[in-house]
Amino acid sequence: MPDNDMSAENVETYEYDVVVIGAGGAGLRAAIEARMQGKRTAIISKSLFGKAHTVMAEGGCAASMGNANPNDNWQVHYRDTMRGGKFLNNWRMAELHAKEAPDRVWELETYGALFDRTPDGKISQRNFGGHTYPRLAHVGDRTGLELIRTLQQKIVSLQQDDFKETGDYESHIRVFHECTITELFTTGGAISGCFGYFRNTGSFVRFDTAAIVMATGGVGKSYQVTSNSWEYTGDGHALALRAGATLINMEFLQFHPTGMVWPPSVKGILVTESVRGDGGVLRNSEGKRFMFEYVPDVFKEQYATSEEEGDRWYTDPDNNRRPPELLPRDEVARAINSEVKAGRGSPHGGVFLDIASRKTPEEILKRLPSMYHQFKELADVDITKEPMEVGPTCHYVMGGIEVEPDTGMATVPGLFAAGECSGGMHGSNRLGGNSLSDLLVFGRRCGLSAAEYVDSLGTRPQVTADDLNAAVERALLPFSSATDGGENPFVVHLELQKTMHELVGIIRKEDEMEMALKKLQDIATRTRTVSVEGHREFNPGWHLALDLRNMLLVSLCVAKAALERQESRGGHTRDDFPVMDSGWRHVLLVCSALGEDNVELTRKEQIPMRPELFDLFELDELKKYYTGEELGGHRAGGADS
Amino acid sequence: MSHWQHFRVWRGDSEKGELVDYPAEVNEGEVVLDIIHRLQQTEAQDLAVRWNCKAGKCGSCSVEINGKPRLACMTRMSTFDDDEVVTVTPMRTFPVIRDLVTDVSFNYTKAREVPAFAPPAGVAPGEYRMQQVDVERSQEFRKCIECYLCQNTCHVVRDHEENKQNFAGPRYLMRIAELDMHPLDTADRQVAAQEEHGLGYCNITKCCTEVCPEHIKITDNALIPLKERVVDRKYDPVVWLGNKLFRRN
Repeated sequence: MPDNDMSAENVETYEYDVVVIGAGGAGLRAAIEARMQGKRTAIISKSLFGKAHTVMAEGGCAASMGNANPNDNWQVHYRDTMRGGKFLNNWRMAELHAKEAPDRVWELETYGALFDRTPDGKISQRNFGGHTYPRLAHVGDRTGLELIRTLQQKIVSLQQDDFKETGDYESHIRVFHECTITELFTTGGAISGCFGYFRNTGSFVRFDTAAIVMATGGVGKSYQVTSNSWEYTGDGHALALRAGATLINMEFLQFHPTGMVWPPSVKGILVTESVRGDGGVLRNSEGKRFMFEYVPDVFKEQYATSEEEGDRWYTDPDNNRRPPELLPRDEVARAINSEVKAGRGSPHGGVFLDIASRKTPEEILKRLPSMYHQFKELADVDITKEPMEVGPTCHYVMGGIEVEPDTGMATVPGLFAAGECSGGMHGSNRLGGNSLSDLLVFGRRCGLSAAEYVDSLGTRPQVTADDLNAAVERALLPFSSATDGGENPFVVHLELQKTMHELVGIIRKEDEMEMALKKLQDIATRTRTVSVEGHREFNPGWHLALDLRNMLLVSLCVAKAALERQESRGGHTRDDFPVMDSGWRHVLLVCSALGEDNVELTRKEQIPMRPELFDLFELDELKKYYTGEELGGHRAGGADS
Repeated sequence: MSHWQHFRVWRGDSEKGELVDYPAEVNEGEVVLDIIHRLQQTEAQDLAVRWNCKAGKCGSCSVEINGKPRLACMTRMSTFDDDEVVTVTPMRTFPVIRDLVTDVSFNYTKAREVPAFAPPAGVAPGEYRMQQVDVERSQEFRKCIECYLCQNTCHVVRDHEENKQNFAGPRYLMRIAELDMHPLDTADRQVAAQEEHGLGYCNITKCCTEVCPEHIKITDNALIPLKERVVDRKYDPVVWLGNKLFRRN
């Protein structure tokens, strides 16, 4: 195969001050900031510019602007976020996020964003699970699209400014799209560049840079049923690990309770929480509203015990308790899972979500137009006439690259991370609406810190020839494996997804996870030797072969951390350890890579919350999450009371 | 329930190519993109197709199916008869890279030629005030997922390479309309729409509207109103006299 002879490889080389990997909300916001700081910036995007997974976000962007309720402020938002994450969050990140989110949203309006409005012309804000007040800035149910388009158009506008100055649109900020990074380079322990290929030609490219902002999103493609797009292969997580950085909180995955289960082509696609908010109920194959059976003791006081009471809540929330269909996402997901396992599921392995018998067709069309559209066009189901079939879907990874909260810098100098691929901000469970605000706040911070870091350097680290050769060799491995009869990468991918789905899914057990780790070892060997046919131009088999090792490494982190944490908290549920244990609240599980397909796990203590932030909570609430000795510093006298 | 369907997929590159026949297994509820993926997993591992979200939200998987510009992820197999041949070809207006993947850089070039939002001077972030009824017109156009099916289908450029230089295409003329209708945008865009972006080439045949997967009324709500604004400006006797007297442009 002379075509793939490494010695003949011509590697295109670029030099930039800052390289941003990932062109979703976090990456674009980081790039805007780096460019505004005067840095020559490259944006690298696995797909076309403007197609990133951020477009899928529906609900909104949480920011305590107080437009809908003037009582809202950063402290309330902070408390909600910490509660949502069951107090495992990096509290400093949660603090910065709550304080800065409003400015980040208002700034988008100066870029041209058009959010829905309040009657007095301000940005409208909507209610969402876990948020005390209506807090989500939104545009109907396509807020993510608005966000990404706005940031994309801001980048174009910066390029237009540069064109006026230099005659070249790309003199200061350039988008390299359909380009996949397969390796980061470090020299003397600090970032010196990265390496990858262009999808359309298959030719190699190298970026020499001292600062890399990782903004690659999540890991959902390691699972069989997910709301995530193909790009979510954990690239940033794995690249960072292999460069010597660490990941935290990888055991925490959010399974959204209601994804579509039928037809197969759309399995996993999200069905918005608003369906239940507007009166939709969950039923099993016997027609029973099963959620009444699944109200955990800690929530008994707040949820209705009869259908009649639950139904009255929609019109009279002050005198009735809310229906159990509106329990937190993790509770609902577990309940659906149990019903299906007990043989009371719908024909395609979900349960029924029924709005048709609850609202008139006119009401449904008015309140849930996109859900009507989604089911009509994709499933040929008229939700005004028949129930939907839904089931849990892998939605978001709370875990990610361990970063310094103020700067977003990882443990490797010159490596920064923002958005879903970073870890800590959301603790064990993310609130809806907090991801769009997260990526704006920390995208900007990473762009700023990357620029400052570059300024602080005397000489920039240089990529070594050995590292470059090794990267070329690894990228071409699937072609040489072909001669040795390696497996089809699609087959190995399906096996990985099945393993994670069945053995490290919503409900986890020790023996199943041990089996998963054994299977992952086998998959590791197979991943190393997958083979691909044909040429290098836009070859999906080759792309998958290289993505596969990222998914594998990330899956190992998830499985190992999940096996280690012997409690249930947020996005981590253990069948054998079903309760939350305050002895685990302050423990972070940290993953580092041992080579390409092994992971080492260590424990780390969470830094205690700053006293004035601690005092924002009532002692009685903290008692549910903290051990006695941790409460000593509270204003109410903690441990003694 | 599954059956076998006769698929014909265009395979090739910028130099040459041909339609290749594939028998394909089709299961209940599937869309065309599922079948393309199945072909990749079985007999054509290197079959190139662009896709992302698979939910009609990102606009990546634009192709032509039996000659019609469509999103492959939103075209259900149940819309074809079991014995119908399903032919999948790349978008015709853009150069082929490989198989079903085309070079859509034309669109990014045109996007850069439309001057960005011009924010009002002296209005601080957080002080923007707009009424819902006023933002709704532009919001309709911001539903655009940039699938470029409208750009692909527009006859001004579909078989007329020579017009590409002077014509922004429906998507970017709509972008100009969107900014022109933005309640707080301060730029003057109407003359440029006609003179620089080729609005005059559009003769409102509504092909763009027909193929829009977001059901945006591109022609009726964006292009025609923009044309009217241009006409008002150009032929308004007061404006004409003003221009003559004060030599504005």
